[in-house]
Amino acid sequence: MKQVLSKYFRDKDVQQLIGKQLRIGVIVSSIIVFIGGVIYLVRHGHEQPSYADFTGVREGLTSLPGIWQGVMENKGMNIIQLGIVLLIATPIIRIAFSVIAFLVEKDFLYVGITLLVLGIILFSMLGGIAG
Amino acid sequence: MTILSFTLILLCGAFMAGLLGSLTGLGGGVVIIPLLTLVFHADIRYAIGTALVASIATSSGSASAYVKEGITNIRLGMFLEIATTTGAVVGALLAVYMPTNVVAIIFGLVLIFSSLMSFRKKVEFTAGKDDSKAAEQLRLNGSYPSAGGIVDYKVHHVPGGYLMMTFAGVMSGLLGIGSGALKVLAMDNIMRIPFKVSTTTSNFMIGVTAAASAVVYLQRGYISPGLCMPVVLGVLAGAFAGSRLLARANVKWLRIVFSVVIGLLALQMIYNGVTGKL
Repeated sequence: MKQVLSKYFRDKDVQQLIGKQLRIGVIVSSIIVFIGGVIYLVRHGHEQPSYADFTGVREGLTSLPGIWQGVMENKGMNIIQLGIVLLIATPIIRIAFSVIAFLVEKDFLYVGITLLVLGIILFSMLGGIAG
Repeated sequence: MTILSFTLILLCGAFMAGLLGSLTGLGGGVVIIPLLTLVFHADIRYAIGTALVASIATSSGSASAYVKEGITNIRLGMFLEIATTTGAVVGALLAVYMPTNVVAIIFGLVLIFSSLMSFRKKVEFTAGKDDSKAAEQLRLNGSYPSAGGIVDYKVHHVPGGYLMMTFAGVMSGLLGIGSGALKVLAMDNIMRIPFKVSTTTSNFMIGVTAAASAVVYLQRGYISPGLCMPVVLGVLAGAFAGSRLLARANVKWLRIVFSVVIGLLALQMIYNGVTGKL
């Protein structure tokens, strides 16, 4: 019984940590998106939006180095995109956290399963399937 | 219309989408695509990229609360994420070859299915005799705290649930939605786990599934900061307001009205897809 209880509480700690990380990720990325949005609107607010024809977003917004370069030049769009990237990274970081959590619990089956999920996402990111 | 007024109107629209999505349990992302394509006349590819980001935002935002309460079955979620992420990658690949009007038609059909699902009478399955060996081996069976103490439950039909989850993942990757309705269907009807657990575990999985295809869409230029900025901020604020209102609001009528609206939007999407306008 004692063992069952201690397992329950350890699980609980891990879950608390994951919950906190998700919340921080969402809050920080919304703040960055908001800041970028203000800069973008001040500079481009009077222009006309054009989303009717698909051309893809401009260069520099589709890769990490490109986004970061624009952030250094204080471009509003790039700052927004940085926030969006952080938002996309939030659940991925959560997966990485879970690997550590299962490792601490010595649940190696789930260390493997979680690494597999992480691997699929990394393949999606780096596997060149964006075309 | 200038970018400033476009952004402000879209912000209000996204707020309403997030509010209604969280009050009715249909999710905010589901209205974003018809909102962007039918009202704002944006290309459906931009709409898909934006909706994906919005579903990551709402899923991560609300999952943090559920995880804390200890209702989410993290092992079950993680195991099924193998299925949903594989599906999402396949869906994102398919999207390149699929004409946009076909995507619009499939989206409309999934939307109608989702709104019908919200009317479904909820019948709680009690643990049957057909204990799944796979569930035992994968340690998927769990328990959750309730007013009457800790409730134990068992997971059934693991292969069937896994297959259904793969399909949900493909839809999510192809259409840019969380496909929460399909995930809940897989967990409630096939795997027979309690609603509380299936709803929160599905929500927990949506963010990861969407992230798996979002990394592809980002590189393809589908994710536009000008659209994502008002939509993400609006949907998040709306979902937060919705979760505050939820305890007090009578959502029965709201759900009916919202489902009818979604059904009409879906028909419009299908019509535009068939006539080649999208």
